[in-house]
Amino acid sequence: MHESAKTKPSATPALPRPSGLSGFAADWASDQRTFKNVSWGKAMMWIFLLSDTFIFGCFLLAYMTARMSTTVPWPNPSEVFALNIGGQEVPLILIAIMTFVLISSSGTMAMAVNFGYRRDRRKTAALMLLTALFGATFVGMQAFEWTKLISEGVRPWENPWGAAQFGSTFFMITGFHGTHVTFGVIFLIIIARKVWRGDFDQERRGFFTSRKGNYEIVEITGLYWHFVDLVWVFIFAFFYLW
Amino acid sequence: MVNIPSSIDDTVPAAEVEDVELYHPHSWWTTYVFSQDAKVIAIQYSLTAISIGLVALVLSWLMRLQLGFPGYFTFIDADRYYQFITMHGMIMVIYLLTALFLGGFGNYLIPLMLGARDMVFPYANMLSYWLYLLAVLVLAAGFFVPGGPTGAGWTLYPPQAILSGTPGGQSGGIILMLVSLILFIIGFTMGGLNYVVTVLQGRARGMTLMRMPLTIWGIFTATVMALLAFPALFVASVMMLFDLVLGTSFFMPAIVEMGTQLQHGGGSPILFQHLFWFFGHPEVYIVALPAFGIVSDLISTHARKNIFGYRMMVWAIVIIGALSFIVWAHHMYVSGMNPNFGFFFATTTLIIAVPTAIKVYNWVLTLWRGDIHLTIPMLFALGFIVTFVNGGLTGLFLGNVVVDVPLSDTMFVVAHFHMVMGVAPIMVIFGAIYHWYPKITGRMLDEIMGRIHFWVTFLGAYLIFFPMHYLGLLGAPRRYYELGESAVNPPSAHDLNVFITLMALTVGAAQMLFLFNLVWSLRHGKEAGGNPWRATTLEWQTPTTPPPHGNWGKELPVVYRWAYDYSVPGAPQDFIPQNQPNPDRLSMENAS
Ligand code: HEM
Ligand SMILES: [Cu+2]
Repeated sequence: MHESAKTKPSATPALPRPSGLSGFAADWASDQRTFKNVSWGKAMMWIFLLSDTFIFGCFLLAYMTARMSTTVPWPNPSEVFALNIGGQEVPLILIAIMTFVLISSSGTMAMAVNFGYRRDRRKTAALMLLTALFGATFVGMQAFEWTKLISEGVRPWENPWGAAQFGSTFFMITGFHGTHVTFGVIFLIIIARKVWRGDFDQERRGFFTSRKGNYEIVEITGLYWHFVDLVWVFIFAFFYLW
Repeated sequence: MVNIPSSIDDTVPAAEVEDVELYHPHSWWTTYVFSQDAKVIAIQYSLTAISIGLVALVLSWLMRLQLGFPGYFTFIDADRYYQFITMHGMIMVIYLLTALFLGGFGNYLIPLMLGARDMVFPYANMLSYWLYLLAVLVLAAGFFVPGGPTGAGWTLYPPQAILSGTPGGQSGGIILMLVSLILFIIGFTMGGLNYVVTVLQGRARGMTLMRMPLTIWGIFTATVMALLAFPALFVASVMMLFDLVLGTSFFMPAIVEMGTQLQHGGGSPILFQHLFWFFGHPEVYIVALPAFGIVSDLISTHARKNIFGYRMMVWAIVIIGALSFIVWAHHMYVSGMNPNFGFFFATTTLIIAVPTAIKVYNWVLTLWRGDIHLTIPMLFALGFIVTFVNGGLTGLFLGNVVVDVPLSDTMFVVAHFHMVMGVAPIMVIFGAIYHWYPKITGRMLDEIMGRIHFWVTFLGAYLIFFPMHYLGLLGAPRRYYELGESAVNPPSAHDLNVFITLMALTVGAAQMLFLFNLVWSLRHGKEAGGNPWRATTLEWQTPTTPPPHGNWGKELPVVYRWAYDYSVPGAPQDFIPQNQPNPDRLSMENAS
């Protein structure tokens, strides 16, 4: 029935609009699209991330409340999160590496987006896979950290050093973040496969949605990935540096 | 003739977004069951919400039977009573009202009223419904597990919600409730993102934000709020689930239960209350704003007059939405939080009354000297104004700390919130169903049954809840299974309770008539035609009724005017559809 299949901005120039503040208002309120040049998928991702920010915000506020109102001592992060390397306790070393890995993955992701818009299938897919690899490494190291803490006696309901809320908030929040990373990795792999196969050049239809995709999905995945990265910075600051 | 100044929205700009491609179902299953068409999803949402809502209705009868005739119905013991209260409250607020307004009316009306073919991501939209259904089933499963559903009250306050003294507290009941809420939130998010993006990015040519019907403004703002408020409930549910199954102590202080010291310690029950009400108060407006929007359109259409102060109405909706995020602790005046907070939250609460009052004035001014047709939707709209004003006024009492403290946790509160967020939105829902049923099915609902339904429901609901104010002022506490002979429960209150119960059963019976009408009119209702109310908005201008998959046939509609061109002086008819070109500058749009 309807042939054209674009949900992304068309090339038709928009109507000339007034300048200044009234132009701003007219732009926002104007017909069809509030955010010009923003596709549906991208708008959806931004709004989802806003909602997700509130989830992480609530988690972190709950953690701060617990930490500030506890009457027993809070475990000292630089001792708890230290690794014994060559007989020496190195504070925060694992977490520093993890953070470095995750931030690097944001870099490779940004490059993937760039090559995506140049329609360079191979490089885009390779960089996305590299990003996924970094992400998986991060999750792996997190699993290692959990194992270490668990073997030292940290449980969601207790730990050897002080307030029980330490273990509960730690597992809950890093776990929730780790789940986000894991979903991101899965998503990256799926999209990388599609890029590699050339789905977006051949306008192949999605298995579930039966819509034609395009390279913008790489950028949308990137938005999610950067967000997860940014959240990590906050978790890092509040858990490990406080 | 009204001459309007030329502005950029006079002309219809070229398409910025091309037509979309629809998913075309290939089988019966993908057409009617796993459908991606927003209209089918809307009907699925609505029928599910109404079904579970009936359960909540039956529970309210059982509660009323107990309160009216204490000790008479032996199968209602104290535990059951609490379980009934909890399930009744939670179902009504979330699984009925939220789901019906946003999942039901949102899905049906957003694409149609905006001139879109469908939601922007139909597949996610479909998943949203199936997750909602799953959430409802998990919730209902609570009735069948050993120990029954949770009896913690719809607010689920810890520590009591997860202690063994509370029905369903240490068994499946509370777990199922929390899991169901989590599922609901995930499902809602999928739908909610769709509604928001469709409103922002998927409108027809010429449909500027300031030409959207107020229905859409209400649903849109409510959805944005829901996307920002549900996270707090999500987090609270997850943490409570961990307290229960993992033995963490997020919300659990050191506590002795039945003589044994529990393992918990150091948690903060107040933290839960903050999280819950950071969701809970916006939730009130998540239910109210769509009702505000819909009722504005009902009043304008059935009074054949443009809505008074359209821009003011839009801004009032947006401001109410924003303010409602900073009033949550007015539910916590007696929680033991810092009294200075009380001052802040009382102030913000009273400020919200200003835009709300503006809306009420504008509805009344729209009616003023209008050509009022007392159709059933109009009757319900009027019923809404009356009950909403009543509930709003008692809200002013409860918003003030010193007045609230003695009234808190009495039947006065029950009367207040039933008026303002129980009866009032339900009135709008009924009005909206009578209004849009002809579009959905092609037939009118039966008029006589409708009138009986309205008068019994409206008067009956008033007679149920108005006397509760009095009981509350006497001091009758809420959430009490039985008061016996006491100073707060004198013999006159017994009689009143019997009366309220009889009214509740009568109102319940009227709903059965309504359901019968819904089914009966499907076949025997009067043929409605495409636009029985002679309304301006786009959903009434579809090429066929009920609208087909894709809504508009070959050509997408183009919008030339706002949604309220009723009784324009000089126009040949008393309404001008939004998609009618405007060469003569015949419109009230810029006059308002
Ligand atoms: C015929 C209609 C209704 C009747 C007869 C009814 C009756 C009742 C009764 C008897 C209670 C318990 C009062 C107590 O002992 O504390 C109650 C609680 C409640 N009802 Fe309704 N109700 C009705 C409709 C609604 C609707 C439409 C809503 C939607 C918002 C609603 C929301 C609630 C809530 C949130 C509670 C509080 C539950 C709690 O305390 O945890 N009710 N209702
Ligand atoms: Cu409130």
